[in-house]
Amino acid sequence: MNKLGIVFRNSDNRQWIGLLYVSPFIIGLLIFKMYPFLASFYYSFTDFSLLRAEKFIGLSNYVYMFTQDPLFFPALKATFLYVLLAVPGKLAFALLIAVILNVKMKFISVFRTLYYLPSILGGSVAIAILWRSMFTKDGVVNHFITGLGLPAIDWFGIPSLALMSISLLAIWQFGSSMVLFLAGLKQIPKDLYEAGTIDGASKLRMFFSITFPMLTPIIFFNLIMQTVNAFQEFTAAFLITNGGPLNSTYLFGLKLYQDAFQFSKMGYASALSWILFLSIMLFTIIAFKSQKYWTHYEDGGKF
Amino acid sequence: MTSLIRMGRFSFLTIFGIILIYPIIWLISASFKPLPEIFSSVNLIPSRFVITSYINGWKGTGQFGFSTFFTNSFLLVVPTVIATVLSSVIVAYGFARFRFPTKNLFFSLMIATLMLPNAVIIIPSYLLFRNLGWLDTYWTFIIPSVFATYPFFIFMMIQFFRGLPRDLDESAVVDGCNSFKILTHILLPLSKPALVSAAVFQFIWTWNDFFNSLIYINSVKKYPISLGLRMSLDTSSISNWDQVMAMSVLSIVPCLIIFFLAQRYFVEGIATTGIKG
Repeated sequence: MNKLGIVFRNSDNRQWIGLLYVSPFIIGLLIFKMYPFLASFYYSFTDFSLLRAEKFIGLSNYVYMFTQDPLFFPALKATFLYVLLAVPGKLAFALLIAVILNVKMKFISVFRTLYYLPSILGGSVAIAILWRSMFTKDGVVNHFITGLGLPAIDWFGIPSLALMSISLLAIWQFGSSMVLFLAGLKQIPKDLYEAGTIDGASKLRMFFSITFPMLTPIIFFNLIMQTVNAFQEFTAAFLITNGGPLNSTYLFGLKLYQDAFQFSKMGYASALSWILFLSIMLFTIIAFKSQKYWTHYEDGGKF
Repeated sequence: MTSLIRMGRFSFLTIFGIILIYPIIWLISASFKPLPEIFSSVNLIPSRFVITSYINGWKGTGQFGFSTFFTNSFLLVVPTVIATVLSSVIVAYGFARFRFPTKNLFFSLMIATLMLPNAVIIIPSYLLFRNLGWLDTYWTFIIPSVFATYPFFIFMMIQFFRGLPRDLDESAVVDGCNSFKILTHILLPLSKPALVSAAVFQFIWTWNDFFNSLIYINSVKKYPISLGLRMSLDTSSISNWDQVMAMSVLSIVPCLIIFFLAQRYFVEGIATTGIKG
């Protein structure tokens, strides 16, 4: 009885101590997340720049963006195309390789490490430099292509191919998604496949009737995280293609950077950042709403 | 038949793996090639090994060389990693083990900030740091990490703590441990895999970070490796590819070492906590 009393008394005090432990996060959240988030919303209605005091200009930034800025729609288009190329490509490879890797086999951890490696290095300047050197006209990629007897390709001279080359860099880093798929595959009960085999289902049929539906929650999670990241891609567009040719790789992150930190149009860039934010939110909401048509949760989606 | 499938699977994985890793191997081999050879052959073995690109690249083109950039990167990354891990552990402990008013609110906000794009807060953050006089210092990285602004790691640690039985805490309470002692003496010794993966992730992410460094750090004297590399790419464009590549190789070496040392914890760690990489 006495023992229990101590535990109870302590756990009562401990409730408030919990708030103390969480307090660094609360302070950080308020100062480094909430304040900038709200401030950028406010700045988006001003002509803020570092050169002079800001003035409230209402919706002018947004109006200018949609009616006059010659680079707004190209940036939006490049970003959407990039997301459409990079994210599905990445997830497809991640899923395919995860399914192939999901067996008992020698060296499995060697393969897993090997395939994960690009995810470790992919975002670095070193790899951007590597990509630029590989896809230049006399780069190693063209050496292979001409080696096959095909004409060399001007990767950075043709808009669609330039976008392709930076999308390939994202797809190359499929390892992190793959690891999550592998974890998901391990969760699928073996008896489902046994039942499928008894019913005489083919491997392909079992993939689409068992594996894929059971993995949809993880596919969904990966889809959201990878899309949020892809919308913000900056390094590749900045260092490899610098937005060109013909703005085909002028991603939104690059436009934002140039307007804010090169042209010092902070107010306008804040408005741009809110358009980016709303695009991401819109995508996320659509993805969540669409879940009921294609994802499968063992608990029926309620928790 | 099954052994045929197994062989096929094995060869596919090997060939695909080689294609995947080829760029990295090529980069390393190119860094040892004489300059004219870099773009003239796909051979992975240099006709003769040269290390002049490393020697000249290390000195850099301007006043500051790569010894400065490397030192700077460590000065930036190491405190950031330590601060991130410590603050995330403490906050995660608060969320995982205590029930206090506003807990659900702040937990939801933490999950929401997981998806808050950095691009949206970068401009006001820049202005805030400017007003605080932190621009062009590493405080722009270190102070936010002291205040647990990386929800990934908090979430990861919460998930890990939830897997540790509460009986451990309760018995420690009976033995007279206060709550902080429970964290340091009971939970932390059991949390090594999660601590290691958080530290490794944060090391690699901060080491490779380009966008934030580009915005917050302006003077060449304080450039971390990412900005130093980018500068050498800008000034030399095509003429010094060998040096740029040599320095690129050096810049990924710390990440490679840490990844291979810790990969046992690390790949398992993300797999179990479901965090992205």
